[in-house]
Amino acid sequence: MENLMGIFLNSVFVGNILLAYFLGMCSFVAVSGNLKTATGLGFAVIFVLAITTPVNWFIHHYLLAPGALAWAGLPDVDLNFLRFITFIASIAAMVQIVEMVIERISQALYTALGVFLPLIAVNCAILGTSLFMVERNYNFSESLVFGLGSGTGWFLAIVAMASLRQKLRYADLPYGLEGYGITMIVTGLMAMGFMIFSGIAL
Amino acid sequence: MSLQSSPYYKALTEPILGNNPINIQMLGICSALAVTVQLNTAIVMGLSMTFVTAFSSLIVSSMRRHIPRNIRIIVELFVISSLVILTDQVLKAFLYDISKQLSVFVGLIITNCAVMGRAETYALGNPPGLSFCDGLGNGLGYSLVLVGVAFIRELFGSGSLFGLQIVPETLYQAGYRDMGFMLLAPAAFIIIGLFVWFQKAVLQKDEGKG
Repeated sequence: MENLMGIFLNSVFVGNILLAYFLGMCSFVAVSGNLKTATGLGFAVIFVLAITTPVNWFIHHYLLAPGALAWAGLPDVDLNFLRFITFIASIAAMVQIVEMVIERISQALYTALGVFLPLIAVNCAILGTSLFMVERNYNFSESLVFGLGSGTGWFLAIVAMASLRQKLRYADLPYGLEGYGITMIVTGLMAMGFMIFSGIAL
Repeated sequence: MSLQSSPYYKALTEPILGNNPINIQMLGICSALAVTVQLNTAIVMGLSMTFVTAFSSLIVSSMRRHIPRNIRIIVELFVISSLVILTDQVLKAFLYDISKQLSVFVGLIITNCAVMGRAETYALGNPPGLSFCDGLGNGLGYSLVLVGVAFIRELFGSGSLFGLQIVPETLYQAGYRDMGFMLLAPAAFIIIGLFVWFQKAVLQKDEGKG
C-alpha cells in the first residue's frame, strides 16, 4: 500500500509526465489558452490513462513479453518488437470504445469530453505512460496507480498553465515572446516549482 | 530553372530555418527535450527523427490516392510505427548504449506530432518527391533545434561536448562550477522559450511585424 502511495505521489509531482518527461507538450501548448477546454482535456487524459495503462499491461504480459505466450503453448516466442505498434493500436481502439460508451451513457459528459477524445489518441503522454510502465516493470496494481497518477499530474499542469495564461494576456511582453515563447518559459518555472517535491519520500 | 527556385529546394530548406517545426509550428516538442542533456543522444535522436519523417512522408504521399479519408489517421500511424520499429531495432543492434539512454523516447516518435503533422498537412496533398524533401527538411530543422539545446545544456551543465571535457581544469580550480540546473528539465523549457523568442524577434522581424 505504501509502495502504491509512493508511485502515485511520485508520478503526480516529482516525475510529472509533462514537467519532468516533457510528454504531451503539443496538446499542452495548443489547448492551455483556455481554462475551460484545458480542464475538459485534463479530465479526458486522466480517464484514458487510467484505462489504457492497465489494458496495455495485460497485452504486454500475456502477449508480447518474452515467454508470455506460454499459456498458448509457445514459450519461446518473443514478440517484444511489436510493442510500439500494438500499444498505439490498442490506445486508438480504447479511445474509440471509450468515446462510444460515453456517448451512450452520459450525453453531458460526451459534450464535455467528446471533442478531445480523438485528440488524445496521438497524445504522447498516453503512449509514454504505457512504455514507462513496461520499462519500470510495474505489476498490475502498480500500473493502474501509475496511470492514474500520471493523468492527475498532467491535469494539474495544464490547469495551472491555463490559469496563468489568462493572467499573462494582460502582460506587456517584448515582440516575439508573446504566446508560445512565454508559455515555454513559464512552463520551465513551473517545472522548477514541481521539483521542490523531490525531497519528499514515503 | 536554377537550384534555388526549384520547389524541391524550397520544400527542403524552408522548414530548417524559416518554418521550423519546433520553434514556429510548435510541433513535436514532446519527446524532443528529454534527450538533450548530451549531444550524443540528441544527434542520434535527430537522425532517427529525420529518417522517420522523410520516409513516412514519402510512403504516405505515394499512397495518398488509395487511402480512404475516414481511416487515414490509422493508416498513417501504421506507416509511422513500422518505420519507428525499424529504427529502434537498428539502434538496439548497432548503438546499444545510446539506445538504452534514449529509452522510451525512440518509441515516442510515433506520437510525435511533427511526423503526423507533416503527413497530414503536406504529404496527403503533394507528390512523393516533394513530400520526401519536405519530410527531410522538417527532420533536419527538428534536429537543428535538438542539437542547439543539447549543445548549451551539455556545455554549461557538465562542461563537456560529446562526453569530452571542454572546460579546462584550471578554470575549475579558479572557482568555476558547472551549472547543475542545466541538466534538469526546467532548463530545457526555458532554452526553447528563448530560442523561439530569438527566432521570432530576429529572423522574422521584417515579415512578422506588419
